Amino acid sequence: MTQSLIIEKKSTRAGFGDALLELGERNPEVVALCADLTGSLKMDAFAAAFPERFFQAGIAEANMMGMAAGLTIGGKIPFTGTFANFSTGRVYDQIRQSIAYSGKNVKICASHAGLTLGEDGASHQILEDIGLMKMLPNMCVINPCDYNQTKAATLAIAEYVGPVYLRFGRPDWPDFTPADQKFEIGKALCMKAGHDVSIFATGHMVWIALQAADELANQGVSAEVVDIHTIKPLDEEFVINSVRKTGCAVTAEEHSVFGGLGDSIAQCLVRNIPLPLEMVAVNDHFGESGKAMELLEKYGLDVPAIVSAALKALERK
Amino acid sequence: MPDIDYLNSVSKQVRRDIIRMVHAVSSGHPGGSLGACDYLVALYFEIMDHDPANFSMDGKGQDIFILSNGHLSAALYSVLARSGYFSIEELASFRKLGTRLQGHPGTDKGLPGVRAATGSLGQGLSMAIGAALSKKLNKDSKKVFCLMGDGELQEGQVWEAVMYAAANKVDNLIAAVDYNGKQIDGSLDDVLPLGDLHKKWEVFGWKVIDAKGNDMQDLIKSLQTAISYTDKGIPVVILLHTEMGFGVDFMMGTHKWHGVAPNDEQAAEALNQLEETLGDY
Ligand SMILES: Cc1ncc(C[n+]2csc(CCOP(=O)(O)OP(=O)(O)O)c2C)c(N)n1
Ligand SMILES: [Mg+2]
Repeated sequence: MTQSLIIEKKSTRAGFGDALLELGERNPEVVALCADLTGSLKMDAFAAAFPERFFQAGIAEANMMGMAAGLTIGGKIPFTGTFANFSTGRVYDQIRQSIAYSGKNVKICASHAGLTLGEDGASHQILEDIGLMKMLPNMCVINPCDYNQTKAATLAIAEYVGPVYLRFGRPDWPDFTPADQKFEIGKALCMKAGHDVSIFATGHMVWIALQAADELANQGVSAEVVDIHTIKPLDEEFVINSVRKTGCAVTAEEHSVFGGLGDSIAQCLVRNIPLPLEMVAVNDHFGESGKAMELLEKYGLDVPAIVSAALKALERK
Repeated sequence: MPDIDYLNSVSKQVRRDIIRMVHAVSSGHPGGSLGACDYLVALYFEIMDHDPANFSMDGKGQDIFILSNGHLSAALYSVLARSGYFSIEELASFRKLGTRLQGHPGTDKGLPGVRAATGSLGQGLSMAIGAALSKKLNKDSKKVFCLMGDGELQEGQVWEAVMYAAANKVDNLIAAVDYNGKQIDGSLDDVLPLGDLHKKWEVFGWKVIDAKGNDMQDLIKSLQTAISYTDKGIPVVILLHTEMGFGVDFMMGTHKWHGVAPNDEQAAEALNQLEETLGDY
């Protein structure tokens, strides 16, 4: 299924930008804030169409988060936009205090997550953001896998009441999920059924996991590929049922091995169904400059890495 | 006496390097780099007392520089290489996998000349203050220089640092602002105006100097004045009135080249306007 079609490539951030424009038309309460990265976040269409509902904060992310929290007090639904590191680590206490603890309905939308932003390098490549955000009580954490899913997720979080961290990326990426999908927060999606090993992937890594599953099939291994677009709340029931069937699991994410999807799945399995788990993630390292695909290869986030993790998990059964 | 012609010829070559570096990887930040490189050349080739052949992280007994607006990495790397911190051939590795010349300056790859990882804006002045305090503790009379972007001044941390330095008489520090009036989304006046920047620094307790940021003679004079103001209980800042994209006509007068690399044609056109003075890498 994955290789037979010619699949268009589009960035996940474009999915965010297109959905934001649609939301602007649909819901007058939706407002947007950006910290001097309107083009990079693809927020320019919204800014042009709804100038009175767009707030240019300048290069001042802490103030932007506080203003977003304040806008909810009048009933607005603020979407903030900047790069993932400036959306999380840079403003962690502002988010913790003014948004999460305060229970404010802010949608923190973060582009250029992970390694695949490429040449800008480690200063910009946050690999800790999922962990930072999922530790905050009240915070929902979503990392969609392609353009269509990011678009659907952006529309969905406007309906959900409560703080959300929506994580997406810079590069053009295969757009392989349906255009008309309904996005259900907290619902894992089976992308390919299988019975030997469950691969739980999030974000860009879902596509890589599907390629790995094809490769595993060539080696006689039937892999189930599950898109965990919502890391928190985790669809524990789906995870448990899948691993009950397959007997072992692999996680794949463009994030540190600490604090990310792997951690969440590990907790779930240890508490419910302790079976072998291997994690494909960045191993306690900062990133560096390079091309997106080169970096995924260097840091072990590619098809061979998932294949060998799956084989290892199988061996440990 | 500074040899202004020579310094200008270094600047020309640095501008060529910048264009060639960002063009080779189709990424990087030519606009700010072209605008601020005269200041870096003045610092590294005339003003600073530093020893490129014997770089040490602690910088004891040497003037040191922190590039707070780390996206100007291409300009910094060229100036570092051209002043002897590492070979100019290494400039060809800019932003490529495995390079020491990371997209934004970092200390993790051991590149001589870099003492602070920057690129997340607004943090360099705080580090420069720390380095200046360390020099005082060490009874080291050398100075600390720090360059920031003007858009970068929108970060609150900058003003925390500004207050600290004045209140605590950090007077072995010379800050500078690349005052090009532009940032990613447009002009500062459209995005978030800084108001009367000269007065702002002044009321925060700093000695403020305005300099023509693309005029080597004026830069040298302003830096010499700045140095004469040090060790008098007041921190010093130079507002560098620069032009983003300076030296390449089609990159000037717009913010569009902040973070966009020229294509083949544009790079050729740009290099046509920049004389090769010291030899390309
Ligand atoms: C904390 C932080 N927020 C946002 C960015 C993204 N960013 C990189 S450069 C830049 C604009 C900087 O403007 P200015 O300091 O005026 O530099 P210039 O465009 O003049 O080179 C922005 C917003 C960043 N690097 N760090
Ligand atoms: Mg500027």
